[in-house]
Amino acid sequence: MAEIVLQAFRFGFLLLLWLFIFAAFRVVRADLFGGRAGRVASVPPRAPAGRKRGSRGPRHLVVTAGPLSGTRITLGEQAILVGRADDSTLVLTDDFASSRHARLTNRSGQWYVEDLGSTNGTYLDQQRVQGPLLVSPGQPIRIGQTVLELRS
Amino acid sequence: MTGPGTDPRVGAAGSTPTPTRRGTELALLGFAVLITLAAQCIVDLTVTDSLSPELATFGTWFTALWVVAHVVVRRFAPYADPLLLPCVAVLMGLGLTMIHRLDIAGDQLGGKNSGGEDAPVQLLWATVGLALFVAVLVVVRDHRVLARFAYTLALVGLVLLAIPAVLPASISEVYGAKLWIRVAGFSIQPGEFAKICLVVFFAAYLVDKRDVLALASRRVLRLELPRGRDLGPVLLAWVASILVLVFERDLGSSLLLFGIFVVMLYVATERASWLVIGVILFSGGAYVAYQVFGHVRVRVDTWLDPFAYQDTGGYQIVQSLFSLGTGGLFGAGLGGGRPDQVPVAKSDFIASAIGEELGLFGLVAVIVLYLVLVERGLRTSLVVRDGFGKLLAAGLAFAVAWQVFVVLGGVTGLLPLTGLTTPFLAYGGSSLVANFGLVALLIRISDAARRPVAPPQATPPKLTDAPTEVVRP
Repeated sequence: MAEIVLQAFRFGFLLLLWLFIFAAFRVVRADLFGGRAGRVASVPPRAPAGRKRGSRGPRHLVVTAGPLSGTRITLGEQAILVGRADDSTLVLTDDFASSRHARLTNRSGQWYVEDLGSTNGTYLDQQRVQGPLLVSPGQPIRIGQTVLELRS
Repeated sequence: MTGPGTDPRVGAAGSTPTPTRRGTELALLGFAVLITLAAQCIVDLTVTDSLSPELATFGTWFTALWVVAHVVVRRFAPYADPLLLPCVAVLMGLGLTMIHRLDIAGDQLGGKNSGGEDAPVQLLWATVGLALFVAVLVVVRDHRVLARFAYTLALVGLVLLAIPAVLPASISEVYGAKLWIRVAGFSIQPGEFAKICLVVFFAAYLVDKRDVLALASRRVLRLELPRGRDLGPVLLAWVASILVLVFERDLGSSLLLFGIFVVMLYVATERASWLVIGVILFSGGAYVAYQVFGHVRVRVDTWLDPFAYQDTGGYQIVQSLFSLGTGGLFGAGLGGGRPDQVPVAKSDFIASAIGEELGLFGLVAVIVLYLVLVERGLRTSLVVRDGFGKLLAAGLAFAVAWQVFVVLGGVTGLLPLTGLTTPFLAYGGSSLVANFGLVALLIRISDAARRPVAPPQATPPKLTDAPTEVVRP
């Protein structure tokens, strides 16, 4: 094989390899700055900007139905564990609840409910909670026979 | 080349608002196959001046592998990350090319790796790996299901890890490391599969316990130190990795196991003190191992001064350094070097073979490909919504990164040599098959991460007349 061809192979292949990396980086960049506009942009509009500034979101978690009906918990920064286990924030006496049933977490003033692998599931409205879901005030969270609500 | 230039959003948009990016993946896979075929042609033309007859078979087979992989992803994980598969394809193609090139060198030049055609065997293993890839994607429809089998998988992982230690050395020992099961011509490295089982277990376990591990603490010297009794799990992982070091005499697996656990603990609890504790524990263990075990001392001594031992223990690393030095910036060109002068160039030292023939630019390209792979894994971990998926993706991505770091560190003389394999590049069936399984899991999680969420209902229907609905992804 002629020397010039070998040199062409040598540099041509490296060029090809880096072209691939360049192409891969284009995809990475599209993900970071444009291509995933759907997901990136969808987060801010969910937080109604004007309203939340003053009140910092809901203040209380209220039990509206079930054995503990009427119980009220003041919300802070910490996550709230709901379940039958003694170390839960809200200890349920509900036969249909699991010992570690659900968790409510605060992310910058917004509360999310997350099912912790309970047997009977957690429902936000009628939707079974699979991953963390945003809870707006007044939306019923059903755990067994207990229904919880966030109140401002 | 039109593939990389096309706007990824146009090709895959279709009727769905969220792009699946499968078109991008297909284009990049095509590019990856092109690179591999080009590399094979260059090797054949440079070394033998003619194209070998097996090239057509290889090309068809290799292309078919990725077509199948792509179709399966399109069908079973339509929203998966578009970069994972193409990166794996390029790495595997480069690995196969180097192995093929060393096969030729073995036949023609009578180098140190003569005997046996290993590239076809590796391609066969890749096919087995693809079968595992397909099986994982078809069977595991939701990665969260894996959390239910966490303790079973932990047991499987530990058994796999322990098997070579209890087997007689005639079956399990290769080059002094007892890592293998060699039966009837086949050799399996069960540790590769144990790695994945244990990452799944760590993820499920830490999701359960992270509150305890993260919250209870004392503050000492600006570090949040955990309570004494919470040190249990990390001590257990440490003991397990030390046992691997003692009974299987393998520094690499030991380092990998402990490193993965400590990093996953850090990711789960967001507390840097675990890293400090991990480093302290490992340095302590390593120092004792250096004092007590001869094979560890050999590794460390040859790492500190390879040229003092160049005729004995340091021969491998010295040859590897010469090989990298010969490569220089741009390499000798594919087929132009003598990478067969490095011992075990097909498996442990494949990185120095690549460094010799493709030079620094080629080797850095390989590292960047791993970087992209790991970045996509970590990004998946950031985007996915459940804690288990987050930890699992981070753990798997870190396992790849850590392995590449330790191997390349060993080959270039930055770290003591260990027996780890370079994922997807190196010759070795178990490693290839297990890593295909690992990528399948990453693809499964990334599919869950990028899948659009069903938008929340604007006006909730009345409780009384709405049926209870179960939403399954």
